[in-house]
Amino acid sequence: MRLHEYQSKEVFAHHQIPIPKGRLASTPEEAKLIAEELNGTVVLKAQVLVGGRGKAGGVRLVNSPKEAEEEASKLLGNRVKDIPVRRLLVEEGVHIQQEIYLGMTVDRERGETMLIASAEGGIEIEEVARVSPERIIKVGINPLLGLRDFQIRNLATEIEIPRPLWRAFITICHNLYEAYQELDATLVEVNPLVITTDERIIALDGKIIVDDNALFRHPDLVDKRDISAEATEETEARKFGLSYIKLDGNIGCLVNGAGLAMASMDIIHHKGGLPANFLDIGGGASAEKVAAALRIILSDSQVETVLINIFGGITRCDEVANGIKQTLEELKPDVPFVIRLVGTNEVEGRKILAEANLVTAESLQEAAEKAVNLAKEVA
Amino acid sequence: MSILINGSTRLLVQGITGQEGLFHTRQMLDYGTNIVAGVTPGRGGEWVLDGKIPVFDSVRAGVEVTGATASVIFVPARFAGDAILEAADAGLELIVCITEGIPVNDMLTVKQVIRDKDVYLIGPNSPGLITPGSAKVGIIPGSITQKGNVGVVSRSGTLTYEVLYALKQAGVGTSTCVGIGGDPVIGTNFSEILSHFEGDPQTDVVVMIGEIGGNEEEKAAAFITDNMTKPVIGFIAGQAAPPDKRMGHAGAIIEGGVGTAQAKIEALQKAGVQVAHYPEEIPNLIKQ
Repeated sequence: MRLHEYQSKEVFAHHQIPIPKGRLASTPEEAKLIAEELNGTVVLKAQVLVGGRGKAGGVRLVNSPKEAEEEASKLLGNRVKDIPVRRLLVEEGVHIQQEIYLGMTVDRERGETMLIASAEGGIEIEEVARVSPERIIKVGINPLLGLRDFQIRNLATEIEIPRPLWRAFITICHNLYEAYQELDATLVEVNPLVITTDERIIALDGKIIVDDNALFRHPDLVDKRDISAEATEETEARKFGLSYIKLDGNIGCLVNGAGLAMASMDIIHHKGGLPANFLDIGGGASAEKVAAALRIILSDSQVETVLINIFGGITRCDEVANGIKQTLEELKPDVPFVIRLVGTNEVEGRKILAEANLVTAESLQEAAEKAVNLAKEVA
Repeated sequence: MSILINGSTRLLVQGITGQEGLFHTRQMLDYGTNIVAGVTPGRGGEWVLDGKIPVFDSVRAGVEVTGATASVIFVPARFAGDAILEAADAGLELIVCITEGIPVNDMLTVKQVIRDKDVYLIGPNSPGLITPGSAKVGIIPGSITQKGNVGVVSRSGTLTYEVLYALKQAGVGTSTCVGIGGDPVIGTNFSEILSHFEGDPQTDVVVMIGEIGGNEEEKAAAFITDNMTKPVIGFIAGQAAPPDKRMGHAGAIIEGGVGTAQAKIEALQKAGVQVAHYPEEIPNLIKQ
């Protein structure tokens, strides 16, 4: 779950990490009022959960409360990278001397948290990694020892933080790690962390991603999830414990298991088709789950054929077949289906589908070929 | 021969009285796995499955009484990190964690602790292991495998079943199949399992099923180049997956350009691995 910039900054403030003065505005009048409080020069920042927001015109520097009101009215209600802007963070402008990248994430390879820093702040870290990887410094954090002062001092030396600011920088790193752990985050990013012309260190932007698997420890965060940035189908899928991701193709996919769902998309590609989605119905697929999954797939108007691939280990194929049959009778979709059921009770399952005049396939290969051909015919 | 599990494995089931735990304990028992104990804190002294298996309050007690050598974990995600540590503390040599959805930061602590111990952790988010004809630990359906000379190692669940099934349909059997788990931080990676297969006299060919995310497949490719004499057939799921989206498994995500299927396929091919386009192609590649 990704937090908004303003939510991330609330977290920073709570952990004594300095942030610019400012507040949230949802109307141009509020933006004007906040600009007045902050003495004129302010930055308006659209609160949308996308990268490259600045380049897309989602961040504006203005010099007066009047201008703040004008620009806010242009931003609010409009879209940045296709996401509607409902709120703006209005913040004091700061005079920047130096921009730093500071982040924390999971180092999968070493199985520990790593602190990442770069003197090349303000641009996307992926870009720095591509152009000048030697400018990115990584420090592993042993979960049993925590982050140590000497590690941060070494880092400060590498990214050329002036010595008088080391103490402040060390405190910020410790507090950031504290926030990272407390929130069960998988990513905390301050980009940029700036040193101002009057020698203060401030977190000018913030991004936090919380581990979805740890949300049971953070019930307060669940209510804060902003679903306006997600495809509505993805939100709907989550309610039913399904994992759904919309793609650009026309062949809807319903599969049990994430790896098999990916492999099913791959084989559609391999046979010359384009998958419309990734959908994993998980283990123990009940008729109810199958129905919810089919509704979500069919709500996508681009879908012209549906491929169902179920490998019944513990899942029983006859149960799934009944779920499919019932749902189709109820929804009466006008797109063709190709269904492959393998595993426990597959013979019974196929019989149920044959009686309902549904196209079945024995192998995954055959199923993908049939689906790709049907999609071409429809198109 | 086989790797990690065989007929003499004495298995303890953590979370044995839960719905999943009990269901799969029965399945494992029917398959012939030697299950000696179960653990559910607060239920010690009970017996499950018609009095066949004693339940203990702690792993330590279960090991002391029954001489268990391995554990399989079915406890809910929020308690699973603790369950792994308890099994490691009791001195078990093999711990297989089936549980999906353990917070990644819990796993970082677990990994740090077990790093210094003489223990194999398989998973979490793993379907477990099966050595056809002698034992299964976990949830891989016994009916879709047959005994043979192909070692299988995979990050996935049902995709692994698909491959095992395709092998069986083609008359190809399996020595041992290991599901290492679909999470970003797992106990045992591809290279360690490949090394076991290289040393196992029953295994002549290895099938490695990877997916997008991380760089363990690339590391495995380097391991294959340096250490493997046996042929390896590969498959990588997620060639059609978009970046920055988690494809079901917590670990299946392309982040910052790292973890693409393309990079993994290229690395494996460079290491002399034949990479299949789809699962059903694997048996043909083995027969070649």
